[in-house]
Amino acid sequence: MTPTLQLFLIISAALFCVGLLAALSRRHAIFILIGIEIMLAAAGLNFIAFWRFAPPPHQPTGVMVAIFAIAIAAAEAAVGLALVIAVYRNYRTTNVDELDQLKG
Amino acid sequence: MAYLITLLIIVPLLGALFVASARGNAARGVALFFNLLTATIALVLWRDFDTTAAGMQFVQRHVWIPSIGAEYLVGIDGLSLLLVLLTSLIFPFALFAQRMDRGFCALMLIMQSALYGTFTAQNFILWFLFYEMSLIPAFLLIKIWGGENRDRAATKFFLYTFLGSVAMLLSFLGIYFVRGTFDFAELANAGKTGLLHGNIAWFAFAGIFIGLAVKVPLFPFHTWLPDAYENAPTGAAMVLTGVLSKMGVYGFIRLLLPLFPNEIRIVGPWLLALAVCSIVFASLAAWAQSDLKRMVAYLSINHLGYCMLGLFAITTTSAASTIDTHAALSGVFMQIFNHGVTAAALFYYVGLLEERRGLRGINNFGGLMQRAPLLCGWMSVAIFSSLGLPGLNGFIGEFLIFKGSFAVAASFTAIAVLGLLFTAIVFMRMMQSLFSGPLAESCGAFPDLLMSEKLVIVPITLLMFAIGIVPQFIFNIFNSTVVQMARLFA
Amino acid sequence: MMHWIAGNVWLIPAVPFAASLLILFVTGPNRKPAASLAIAGQVAAFALSIAAFVATLQTPGFRAFHNFTWFTFGTQSLRIGFVLDPLAAAMFVMITLVGLCIFVFSIGYMRADKNFTRFFAYLSFFTAAMLGVVIANSLLLLFVCWELVGLASYLLIGFWIERPSAAAAAKKAFITTRIGDLGFFIGILWLYGKSGTLLFYDGGRGCIENAALVSLGASATFIALLIFCGAVGKSGQFPLHVWLPDAMEGPTPVSALIHAATMVAAGVFLLARVYPLFSFGAINGVTPSLTVVVSIGVITAVMAALIALAQFDIKRILAYSTVSQLGLMMVSLGVGGVAAGIMHLIAHGFFKALLFLGAGSVIHGLHHEQDIRKMGGLRFAMPITFIAYAVGLMNLSGVPFFFSGGWTKEEILRNTAHWHASQVPHYLMLAGVILTALYMTRQFIYVFLGSRHLASVQAHESPKVMTRPLIVLAACSILLVAVLTPAWPWFHNYLNGERARFNIGLLIQPMIFISLALVAAGFAIGWFVYRNVDEIDPLEHAQPWLFRLLENKFWLDELYDHTVLALARTAARFADWMDRYVWDGFVRLAGGLGQLFGIFTKGFDENAINAGGDELTNRTRGFGRVMSARHSGQIQTYLGVIAIGMLALLLIYAWLT
Repeated sequence: MTPTLQLFLIISAALFCVGLLAALSRRHAIFILIGIEIMLAAAGLNFIAFWRFAPPPHQPTGVMVAIFAIAIAAAEAAVGLALVIAVYRNYRTTNVDELDQLKG
Repeated sequence: MAYLITLLIIVPLLGALFVASARGNAARGVALFFNLLTATIALVLWRDFDTTAAGMQFVQRHVWIPSIGAEYLVGIDGLSLLLVLLTSLIFPFALFAQRMDRGFCALMLIMQSALYGTFTAQNFILWFLFYEMSLIPAFLLIKIWGGENRDRAATKFFLYTFLGSVAMLLSFLGIYFVRGTFDFAELANAGKTGLLHGNIAWFAFAGIFIGLAVKVPLFPFHTWLPDAYENAPTGAAMVLTGVLSKMGVYGFIRLLLPLFPNEIRIVGPWLLALAVCSIVFASLAAWAQSDLKRMVAYLSINHLGYCMLGLFAITTTSAASTIDTHAALSGVFMQIFNHGVTAAALFYYVGLLEERRGLRGINNFGGLMQRAPLLCGWMSVAIFSSLGLPGLNGFIGEFLIFKGSFAVAASFTAIAVLGLLFTAIVFMRMMQSLFSGPLAESCGAFPDLLMSEKLVIVPITLLMFAIGIVPQFIFNIFNSTVVQMARLFA
Repeated sequence: MMHWIAGNVWLIPAVPFAASLLILFVTGPNRKPAASLAIAGQVAAFALSIAAFVATLQTPGFRAFHNFTWFTFGTQSLRIGFVLDPLAAAMFVMITLVGLCIFVFSIGYMRADKNFTRFFAYLSFFTAAMLGVVIANSLLLLFVCWELVGLASYLLIGFWIERPSAAAAAKKAFITTRIGDLGFFIGILWLYGKSGTLLFYDGGRGCIENAALVSLGASATFIALLIFCGAVGKSGQFPLHVWLPDAMEGPTPVSALIHAATMVAAGVFLLARVYPLFSFGAINGVTPSLTVVVSIGVITAVMAALIALAQFDIKRILAYSTVSQLGLMMVSLGVGGVAAGIMHLIAHGFFKALLFLGAGSVIHGLHHEQDIRKMGGLRFAMPITFIAYAVGLMNLSGVPFFFSGGWTKEEILRNTAHWHASQVPHYLMLAGVILTALYMTRQFIYVFLGSRHLASVQAHESPKVMTRPLIVLAACSILLVAVLTPAWPWFHNYLNGERARFNIGLLIQPMIFISLALVAAGFAIGWFVYRNVDEIDPLEHAQPWLFRLLENKFWLDELYDHTVLALARTAARFADWMDRYVWDGFVRLAGGLGQLFGIFTKGFDENAINAGGDELTNRTRGFGRVMSARHSGQIQTYLGVIAIGMLALLLIYAWLT
């Protein structure tokens, strides 16, 4: 079976769905963060896939975006974890159901 | 010397500023000082006035707002001079009547300035400005320093006269759109051939008539007057009756009669009937009053009714002979001056009585002759002057008015003579219950005239005698104006 | 001298007037200088009057006038002036002489009064005003002085001002006479309008000279009647006589002055002065206006004489006798006897002053008792007063030969007999003679004869200062006879501007016997009826109802009170009511309508305009509230919504492509 763009896109969509489900269904903030990271990974996979299967000449755009996304994901994870810890310190919980201070 | 009139208008305004910044107990002195200045200016005007010349003198004319025909145009003829002199006479008299704070004195001076302006302005816009300007101090004087119903009376006075003014203003706008000028002299010349034509003439006539009739006041537009005079403080009441009420008569002579001669001829009998009603009903109503101020107020309406009778009688027909026209006009001018002096004096005396007793009902006094013979004696002079006793000033004007109007409107005049009888009854009743009979207990400590009061009363009383016995010096002021106006009305 | 006084006749009223002013303003409360000034003024006026009188003797029908401009109005001038003619001169002498007697009498009578000086000032003013009426050569100047006479009478009648009745009487006098003056005033206006002048004599252009009368035409009758209204008021003629008896509230010298010399004489004088207006166009001496004058005079004379029969106040009886005599004078003028009327006026001036001062002396002697029922027997206590009063009584009753009143009355009766219009006035006047004798007898018996009653026990004769004037007046009223008799009718001819001739044969006229018989009858009846009077009047005893009617003056006061006055008072209340509720009602209605409109616009503002804006904001806020409720703060809900949104976008995208 030759790797086609279709295949990559399906894998990427699946991966995105997994991440989304994780972000929506888990109650623990860290799991939600993990879900988000998975969705980011799915997006990065898309970029790489489109770059790989794009007609020549190949510009390094897709790779660059993917690298950026990874870097940002790392930074985001760091910020996100810091936020979670800060929230935990304030509310003594990381259960997002109980964290509803943002409501209007 | 043309600036004299402007000076006359400005000096009281300056005075008001000074008074407002003076210390409380010095206010009256400052106000009187400025009245001394205006009196001097008025006397200079009188001295330099050419009594033989017809037409306006001391005319000063400046462009003001050309786009609406407004000019600064002031000047005096005999009638204006007479009224300027009257104003200069009554204001100091009124200021002497009561010791008042600086607000009162300042407002009086503003009103004085407005009155000088009204009597000298010869352009409608300017005239109207001053005419309305007098209203506000009068309103405030009643509203702030008035008697118990002052709020109601002041509001009624203001709204009623203001409404009349609005009607007059609208009429003049109508005239301006047709004629394009606000100049009194030009309008009066145009009046002879019919100022306006068609329905608009009647609307304009009615507007001006109502505005002035309220001011005079003419029956049945008079009901604001007893309330206002009753509640006004003595000084303000003296000015209201002495000078302010003359604005209406002046307006009739200067505006309505020259501008609408044809309309007046058509409604003349009705106007005469209104004047007669003023005379008869007001004097009857005075009979039924028990409040002295109200009583004098009603008699004021009655006396101004004589003026209206004379004016309407000679303008209601073109057939009035020269002697009758001259008699009636001279009589009206004389009556304007005499009523100013006499009615102000009567209010002054009522003020004295009220000050001493605290009340002013006709039944609150009794037997004053025994306690205060001087007060009663001098007050009787004013009373007899007001009821038209020959030898005092009131008679001259009334006789000439009746003489002039009898030839033209005999039946109206014959009914109006009843007013003389009712006035006599009112005053006799007043004197009976005030002066005679046993001394009322409440008047036991009634002081007689003080020296300061005598100083005010004696000159005024002497003036009454002087006009009553040798009236020529007053006639000289306006004789040529009478001749000129008679020609205008003929 | 003669010409000087003719040109300066104004001095005659000016002197007492100046005296009056001096007393009021200079002498202050000092009694002696006040009285001296007043009397000096009166003496000076009397001297000037004599000079003026002498001046008029130069030629029969002497007339000097001096006109000048009072003031100029417009191009016209109003002229007034003075005149000196026999009519004026005779009045001058009478007024100043009688006035002088009254002034002197007053010194005694008013001795104890605290306002002594003011009294003399007023008295001087009163005579000055009356003299002004007499000198006037202009109806206007006459009216001016006429009103001043009214003022003076007001001041003097109400002199005892602390008495409410005096104040009421003064008011009544002023207002009643003013009612007549209204007619007079209209008459002046009419005359002025028609003739263009108010001067009596102006070298042929005066208003009572022929040219003006012709131009008046038929209106002369109306003008004359209007002027007569003034005379009716001042001279106390029916129906305006009601003030005169009430005027007795004043001090007795004032009553004497009013009834003899000043006030009431003014009306008769006025008629004599403007007589050409009345007689113009007369046929046989009868004109409509003169007929009215006669009718009013007759009614007044008879009515007043009847009323006098039933009064108990000594002064009131005299007051009604004055009213009656004035009626007689009016009749005389009306039937054409101007000279007779004026002669009676002059004679009456003397003897009525005498009677009033006699009454004053009695009242003074009895310590201000005025009820004749409490008097009696005073002939011994007050002999001088008694004799003087008797002389006055003879004069008033018209006893001929020695008393001036008899001769003048006789001449009036002769005139009425020759009146062409009717004989009724003549017979009524004859009845009046009996009535006069009757009521005077009654009074005389009550006061001086009979026995002493309550108040008269301690009576004493008055001091000389009061009795001397009585003697002078009595002497005058007798001496005057010399110029009144038909044998030498000097006075008559003097007034008419003719020379008198002496003819003794004319002395006794048939009328004098009739007159004598009537007076004698009156005295006899009087003596018979009243000789034994006591508390109850014989007439009251015999005819209580009639007596009640007369005592209450035909209830005229009450009638006026309930008709004219009540009507006027109602009119006054009505005018006030109209003002408060109808005319002011319209104003308030207009104000109310304005307020109503204000309330309406306020309601529209609040309920339509304001409420609309409010609703809009409320709805917006409600929507916001609904929306904000959706924001639960649950991150996962938001995330889910984002996911669903994305899915929806994808689906739309897919559907669109």
